[in-house]
Amino acid sequence: MFGNFDFDVIQRSWVYLFTTGMTFTLQLTLFAMIGGVFLGTILAMMRLSSSKPVSLVATGYVNLVRSMPLVLVIFWFYFLVPYIGAWLIGAKEPIKVGAFSSSLITFILFEAAYYCEIMRAGIQSIPRGQVSAGYALGMSYWQTMSNIVLPQAFRNMIPVLLTQTIVLFQDVSLVYVLSITDFVGAASKVAQRDGRLVEMYLFVALVYFVLCFGLSLLVKKLQQRVAIIR
Amino acid sequence: MSQPIGFTQIFNITILLRGNRIMNYHWNWRIFWQASPDGVGTYMDTLWSGLLWTMATALTAWVMALILGAVIGTIRTMPNKWAVRFGNAYVELFRNIPLLVQMFLWYFVMPELIPTAAGNWLKAMPNASFITAVLCLGFFTSSRVAVQVSAGIGSLPNGQKMAGTALGLTLPQTYRYVLLPMAFRIILPPLTSEFLNIIKNSSVALTIGLMELTARARSMQEFSFQVFEAFTAATLIYIVVNIVVVNLMRLLEKKVAVPGFIVAGTASAGGH
Repeated sequence: MFGNFDFDVIQRSWVYLFTTGMTFTLQLTLFAMIGGVFLGTILAMMRLSSSKPVSLVATGYVNLVRSMPLVLVIFWFYFLVPYIGAWLIGAKEPIKVGAFSSSLITFILFEAAYYCEIMRAGIQSIPRGQVSAGYALGMSYWQTMSNIVLPQAFRNMIPVLLTQTIVLFQDVSLVYVLSITDFVGAASKVAQRDGRLVEMYLFVALVYFVLCFGLSLLVKKLQQRVAIIR
Repeated sequence: MSQPIGFTQIFNITILLRGNRIMNYHWNWRIFWQASPDGVGTYMDTLWSGLLWTMATALTAWVMALILGAVIGTIRTMPNKWAVRFGNAYVELFRNIPLLVQMFLWYFVMPELIPTAAGNWLKAMPNASFITAVLCLGFFTSSRVAVQVSAGIGSLPNGQKMAGTALGLTLPQTYRYVLLPMAFRIILPPLTSEFLNIIKNSSVALTIGLMELTARARSMQEFSFQVFEAFTAATLIYIVVNIVVVNLMRLLEKKVAVPGFIVAGTASAGGH
């Protein structure tokens, strides 16, 4: 069945695939995760705020982002970020933004909506009595959140946050629509240059499968270890 | 929790940003009534036909995902160890490869792996990208539906299965008439979000040339240079579709609810 195929192309190109493509994908995943969890936590705190306007803004943002396809969001920010950047630094013309920063902003803002829902569940999993106890001890809102609620919320939600990060890792492949050289983009460039689509895409699928499956097994192990016994 | 101080200020800045953001951009909302170069009619018609393709793809793939998902989900709850392993392998296979790569596998790789004549026939089909997108999304979503179906069956009291077999039903009959009808009612809320996901995920098919809604908005932007109008319209359409689907599913939930049985969601699904 594989008689006509030439799997040497992988041997010829794997260094390029991993040093250029996979490095981009992993860096983007890592930074988008850090930014997304941070922004998502703030959004979750806003959603749970007792102030109506604050929680409405956060809810509106989360619902808006969650009802849009990621591809459309990627297009939106690809065109929007240069204008936002120009406004921020007071330039007259839209500024030029690199592929990495543009997609990083996109993924942070997009994934924040999903991380927000996870963190909201995490914060709500902490009994309200603990918040009251914090206030009774004279702590402020921020002290209660950062010393009591958030550390426990993070611990409870680590497996779900990591599962979402695996989804993010897969989603990063969609920057392909902007012709960015992530792992899929690099593979597709080699595939088209050498006319070896079958071999390259099978290889890409295999690499993703091994990485994501391995990570999800690790998350399962971790889930058993971090569970707080009550 | 008390109101965090400082947020109001942040919002004022955000609102300011919205007002001043776009400086040298020429808004032209009447663009939707102008003729588009793709020969469909106006740009409005372009987007409308995109929506039709999106819905056609999502609905066809959804039927496939429901049927396959019910079968695989059932297999995952069977007493046979190897059947469960097969079901798990199926789920892991479709869950651990990015949707984009799966699209490429179906579109570029699959026709080369089957006998040459069949491959050529596939590649020459007029709606190749539509059929590929349906296959890909159907299989992808079926693995997620399967997880929900097994969770739904697992959440039923064991007595239901025993009662079924005690009444003289065979195991397949118990599944068909007792367990699956209950399981599907329980998992309606997560299925709703999977259906919303399949609509959104159909936009990935633009990479294999399907002219669905996002692709139409993109082509409108390329022809007319009205980036933000095109994407705003597409966004609004997606939001409306979301709202319609959510409300229809709520109606369905009410309609099929079993009296006296409290329906609750199971197994929250991550991802999108």
